[in-house]
Amino acid sequence: MAKHNTPLLDELESGPWPSFVSDIKQEADVRAKNEKGIDFQIPSEACDDLLGLLELSYKDGTTHWKHGGIVGVFGYGGGIIGRYSDKPKEFPAVAAFHTIRVSQPGAKYYTTEFLRQLMDLWQLRGSGLTNMHGSTGDIVLLGTTTPQLEEIFYTLTHDMDQDLGGSGSNLRTPADCIGQSRCEYACYDTQEICYFLTMMYQDELHRPAFPYKFKFKFDGCPNCCVASIARSDLSFIGTWRDQIGIDQAEVAKYIDGTNPANAGAHKGRDWGAFDLDAEVLNLCPTECMKYEDGKLTINDKECTRCMHCINVMPKALKIGKQRGVSLLAGAKAPIVDGAQMGSLIVPFLEIDQTMNKQLADFESEEEWMEYLEEKYAGVVEVIESIWDYWMEEGKNRERLGELMIRQGLQKLLEKIGMEPQAVHVDHPRTNPYIFWKEDEVPGGWDRDINEYRKHHAR
Amino acid sequence: MALEKEEAKVVIVDNLTKKLKTKSKFYLKDFYAFFPGEKPRAVKNIVNALVKDEVLEYWSSGSTTMIGLKGMGKQANAEGEGEE
Repeated sequence: MAKHNTPLLDELESGPWPSFVSDIKQEADVRAKNEKGIDFQIPSEACDDLLGLLELSYKDGTTHWKHGGIVGVFGYGGGIIGRYSDKPKEFPAVAAFHTIRVSQPGAKYYTTEFLRQLMDLWQLRGSGLTNMHGSTGDIVLLGTTTPQLEEIFYTLTHDMDQDLGGSGSNLRTPADCIGQSRCEYACYDTQEICYFLTMMYQDELHRPAFPYKFKFKFDGCPNCCVASIARSDLSFIGTWRDQIGIDQAEVAKYIDGTNPANAGAHKGRDWGAFDLDAEVLNLCPTECMKYEDGKLTINDKECTRCMHCINVMPKALKIGKQRGVSLLAGAKAPIVDGAQMGSLIVPFLEIDQTMNKQLADFESEEEWMEYLEEKYAGVVEVIESIWDYWMEEGKNRERLGELMIRQGLQKLLEKIGMEPQAVHVDHPRTNPYIFWKEDEVPGGWDRDINEYRKHHAR
Repeated sequence: MALEKEEAKVVIVDNLTKKLKTKSKFYLKDFYAFFPGEKPRAVKNIVNALVKDEVLEYWSSGSTTMIGLKGMGKQANAEGEGEE
């Protein structure tokens, strides 16, 4: 029988969707029965008291969690978030209920063995409740006490080869799409660069370094499956500089119905015969495609990489061969200045497709990292110049995107050594003044006053 | 000029102790002000090294990290989490 009456929470289970309340009740039941005979290291009633505390929050219309705390593992300034209840006497099993962020594996590829190990650890030393995954991508383990932290950290790092993720004013756990492991649209190896930058910036990931949080996310193509453009301070989106590859014979097969549109993704319903004009050409946002005399052509100069035509006809249209990334900066969720998408700062940074050696090709991981440092030198240069600028100029708790609004995109471009280009322009200028810098004016600010006076009386 | 850890430690402990009456936790950027002219990255490295040496300690809300002298401000035992 439930320890606490939870009529308000029970309402949340009545809707059409699976409810987290049902999940917590299920785990409370598992812990009460303890059929595996687990020697629980935090109170076995943690899930029951969590339900009770949450019910009270719904009743009172306010949270009963305090804000933060001094908890962590030795040497790390992130990955653990202190959570204390302000009702410890009424709900003693969740008086301390700290959160642990565990770095997710690249592209979230797990083995079932890893997941079993993780749950064995978490049922023993925590509440058994997880959030798979947090917004940044981490595996979030919900609810444990301070004495368990070092034990959990030891098992994660020594037995599972897994590290804590980022929290606080740190670099947050970088996140990537599945990339070239399964997707033909991926313009670069998202998992490789994600791993490389994670290893390269271990100090920034585990210890506070910045005015506030900083997120990298890696999308292999402009379909943006991890939504890096909306969710990361520095977004990497795969793109190409040459032309979309066109196979005219395959185009014809889409038109005659041999090839299913969208790789058959919508075949559960009869949508009628494929209509190239209605489904592709007329939907091109820049109207840069035409089909004449049995031939599809694309004016690539006008293409904005919306990916629609490639998504609809993947057998006929292929991403270009000269591949790299676009870098966008400053995306963030609301709070200050409202939500914003990333602004394009580096339109194209080529990633050498011939540099494709793997870890197995090297004597040691150090040698592989040196190779990757050379491969991604351009990316590292942009990252570190952005960080130097933000660390110098950013106010406390100011995201990069907010600093960009405060000081202007031009300042950021200056700091990373990027010449402004037409693609950086978001809208026509609203400020009628032009402020010249001394080095932009012939002769600078100095003038020969005697020469001036020859032509201008005092 | 490279920032010497022991000299920096004296400056940091001195500055934080003076401010203890009003607050026990500080933003990383507050530490930059103790070392005018130093690169933020150099100061950040010293602060993190002093946490490792247990002179300073982190406090985290989850989204923001603050730093204070070890043992100052509200500690885990004050939250009812004592030694086992």
